[in-house]
Amino acid sequence: MSRYTSATEADREQMLAAIGVAGVEELFEQIPEPLRLGRPLELPQGMGEAEVFERLSALAAGNADAEHEICFIGAGMYDHYVPAIVDAITQRSEFLTPYTPYQPEISQGGLQVMFEFQTAMSELTALPVSSAGLYEGPSSVAAAGYLALGATGRRSFVVSRGVHPHSREALETYSRGYGTEVIEVGLEDGLTDAAALASAVDGDTAAVFLQSPNFLGAVEDVAALGEAARRHGALLVVAVDPMTLGVLEPPGRCGADVAIGEGQPLGNRLDFGGPSFGFFCATEAHLRRMPGRIAGETVDVDGRRGFVLALQTREQHIRREKATHNICTAQALNALGAMVHLAWLGRSGFRELGELLVRRTAYARERLAEVDGVELLHDAPVAREFAISIDVPTQAVLDFCAARGIAAGYPLAREYPEYENGLLVAITERRTREQIDALAQAIGAAIEAERDAFVGDSAEKARQPQEVR
Amino acid sequence: MSTAAETPMQRERVVTIFERSKEGRRAAALPPAGVPERPLEELIPAALLRAEPPRLPEISEPEIVRHYNRLSRRNFDLDTGFYPLGSCTMKHNPRLNERVAALPGHARLHPAQDPRRAQGALELMWLLQESLAEICGLPHVSLQPSAGSHGELAGLLLTRAYHADRGEARHKVLTPDTAHGTNPASVTMAGYEVVKVATNERGGVEMDDLRAKVSEDVACLMLTNPNTLGLFDENIAEIAAMIHEAGGTLYYDGANLNAVMGHSRPGDMGFDIVHVNLHKSFSQPHGGGGPGAGPIAVSERIEPFLPRPQVVRREVENGGRSLAAAAPPDQLLPALTGAGKNYYFDLDHGRPRSIGRLRGFQGNFGVFVRSYAYILSLGADGLAEASETAVLNANYLKALLAQGRAGKHIPIAFDRHCMHEFVLSGAPMKRSLGVKTLDLAKRLLDFGFHPPTVYFPLLVEEALMVEPTETETKESLDDFAAAIEEILAEAEADPEITRKAPYTTPVRRLDEVRATRRPVVRQPLD
Repeated sequence: MSRYTSATEADREQMLAAIGVAGVEELFEQIPEPLRLGRPLELPQGMGEAEVFERLSALAAGNADAEHEICFIGAGMYDHYVPAIVDAITQRSEFLTPYTPYQPEISQGGLQVMFEFQTAMSELTALPVSSAGLYEGPSSVAAAGYLALGATGRRSFVVSRGVHPHSREALETYSRGYGTEVIEVGLEDGLTDAAALASAVDGDTAAVFLQSPNFLGAVEDVAALGEAARRHGALLVVAVDPMTLGVLEPPGRCGADVAIGEGQPLGNRLDFGGPSFGFFCATEAHLRRMPGRIAGETVDVDGRRGFVLALQTREQHIRREKATHNICTAQALNALGAMVHLAWLGRSGFRELGELLVRRTAYARERLAEVDGVELLHDAPVAREFAISIDVPTQAVLDFCAARGIAAGYPLAREYPEYENGLLVAITERRTREQIDALAQAIGAAIEAERDAFVGDSAEKARQPQEVR
Repeated sequence: MSTAAETPMQRERVVTIFERSKEGRRAAALPPAGVPERPLEELIPAALLRAEPPRLPEISEPEIVRHYNRLSRRNFDLDTGFYPLGSCTMKHNPRLNERVAALPGHARLHPAQDPRRAQGALELMWLLQESLAEICGLPHVSLQPSAGSHGELAGLLLTRAYHADRGEARHKVLTPDTAHGTNPASVTMAGYEVVKVATNERGGVEMDDLRAKVSEDVACLMLTNPNTLGLFDENIAEIAAMIHEAGGTLYYDGANLNAVMGHSRPGDMGFDIVHVNLHKSFSQPHGGGGPGAGPIAVSERIEPFLPRPQVVRREVENGGRSLAAAAPPDQLLPALTGAGKNYYFDLDHGRPRSIGRLRGFQGNFGVFVRSYAYILSLGADGLAEASETAVLNANYLKALLAQGRAGKHIPIAFDRHCMHEFVLSGAPMKRSLGVKTLDLAKRLLDFGFHPPTVYFPLLVEEALMVEPTETETKESLDDFAAAIEEILAEAEADPEITRKAPYTTPVRRLDEVRATRRPVVRQPLD
């Protein structure tokens, strides 16, 4: 179906005449005949707008989304409330439809947003420079690795097992290109094993990667752990959850050289995993190696204040094979969403939201720990997510809760086989006390049901007295 | 056209949101905690708590809205005007796509949702994979890469894995001198060495140079076809044979796919790996620099190495043991239990020879929704028609610009029919009028047009790369050609006018050197 084009038959005739060809086919003759498809694509014929809407609505209805169930899943992306003004602003044509700002005179809006975003992320992480954003969290971790290789000339990475599994895997994937070795350091009671970390780092280590709160929700003592990196001249790269930076000591005050993270909690929807954005902040020393666009302040010929893409000599379109990264299109619109959300939260709201998360998370953690059959996976301090262990199969509990409209959390087994019955539970400002109570009750009931089923299955067990909660 | 008086927007004082901050103002209304308000120090050791909060702005909601609306007016955008930015495919962004992407079933779906409870999303991804496979003429697709350059890196890591699997270590990757800058940058990141191949007088790969550089050390040739000159390389079959014979892979940079959808397929040309820019050919809005998505389509021999996880359709096993039986039926949505389905969708995390993950979760799903809506809207016929009209529009605009002053001052670099874009050279204009391509571009801003891509490709002196796309009307092409003519006439009379342009934009030419020499990359506070 001809859509979104406007050439009429008369237009076509005139245009072909101006070109001096009899038909459009002549223009395609530069494609050698055997390489011309010569048949229609095997795809459905085009549909009208209403039909497309109905088709996609039907697909959307095949998903259990956070509008229709209570979502305690986190693992890097969280069901925060995104204020209405974020949608209103990011859907404006002037932000939605331009390209990357290569012509600064007509891109001051987008460039100033980048500059403001850089300022905000620099404030959050307490590091002086920020890029205008990368794809998402895990590939930003890999990008930090690339920066560290260039900065140190060394060939290996040490990474805590508390770093998001997707980040560790992306780092591994990229490292096969970089030709680097990745050494993993395990966890002890939910926290990075400090002794193991210290012995893993040496003079070949380009960077040490930590995450705080780590994947199990535990707040790491980054400053203490980072000592190992400093001692050996390796860079300290810290992945952070931006929503916790109103209450947790920022990476810039813990000795981090680079702070990166998944930006989704700030002004971005869940979107089944993307698009969101990654942020990338660093100390001044690394400014000229940073990946991604960077907006800088300058003046025009008449002395007016303005913004441009700065330090483009780092970038692929100028430096080609000598560029510090290959990134071109990134996530500018998502970074705008984050900036608007941060402005909306503001200085006090951002901190209050962080405090709210910590208190509700503490409540939820205590509440779940009281459930018979549930134990905390670790006792380390947490901010907005925590891990429990359940003494029946986790999948059964998840299915039981799902049937009652609750997505209970993220099962740890695939990525952490050592926590076979582990479950990660995340809290946002949308998760009320009542919902947390409902979760505790559902998990308790699921455990009982599972024990009953087990007992029912086993005649021998059935004769044994049941422990009463 | 005015060149002197200061416009109202130019008189506006530029203030950042941080400078608008005033102590005591706020926008957010947060819910009460609803749980005991314990001191934070009881919950987290004081040493791990932040001593001083980040200095975010203190500002009310009306002010935020006004601030960003005013900023938006300082942007030029595709919805407002012609945007013939070469190799960027600035085609119309249908609002339908925004609407369907915002449906809660898409927008509020957690990426770690149990696949059994995300069947709609996985089906959509699978359908998009199938559609892209057909469009590219290659059997397998991964949607994971986040943008074109991410797809390139993926392709090179796939190439590395493929050769390693065969016990080979190759070091070099060939790229033509017309390649996008991302190509060589990706090559370096993937640990390969770039070897440049020259361009012949017809704008294609110089075959003798290629022949001299192909060896068993070459892992891959990266090619854009049509290339960045907008020309289809007629020797592609021979090129593919040469690379394959030497054991290398052939990579297709899909930035220019908009020229050939439904007309010619990279897989049929002999390419092993293709990336597709959903934000170019498939109408995802560019957002001022993203988000995009760069799915890759690959041949059978590359498939085992595709990133993890892969969206797959599984047949129901165990003699009719259905998906509904795999999960308690009361938790499944009606759409999943629809009668007669003997398959379901899943994420395959296994894939032992996979290069692994390139990013978090499954990719830029919101982009997939928009692009799939676009493919459904156009269908097989519409996609072919889109490419046809894109090629028609480009050749028409090229014909217009071959006439008059444009033909004299900014002639076409390679004079043959083009595909969806073409490249002009401003070199004669620079010599005869002392007006550079940059000057012409800046003057176009005063006429309400986004300029073409400038100074790329590198082998054309003072290059202007023009891509009108299929969604522009004949009138907008006529207007653009007329503006160029007027600017050149003006420059013939007084080149200073062009050299000092623009005059009417919110700011005039900016000092980019200063921004790099003494970078100010954040707002100083206090």
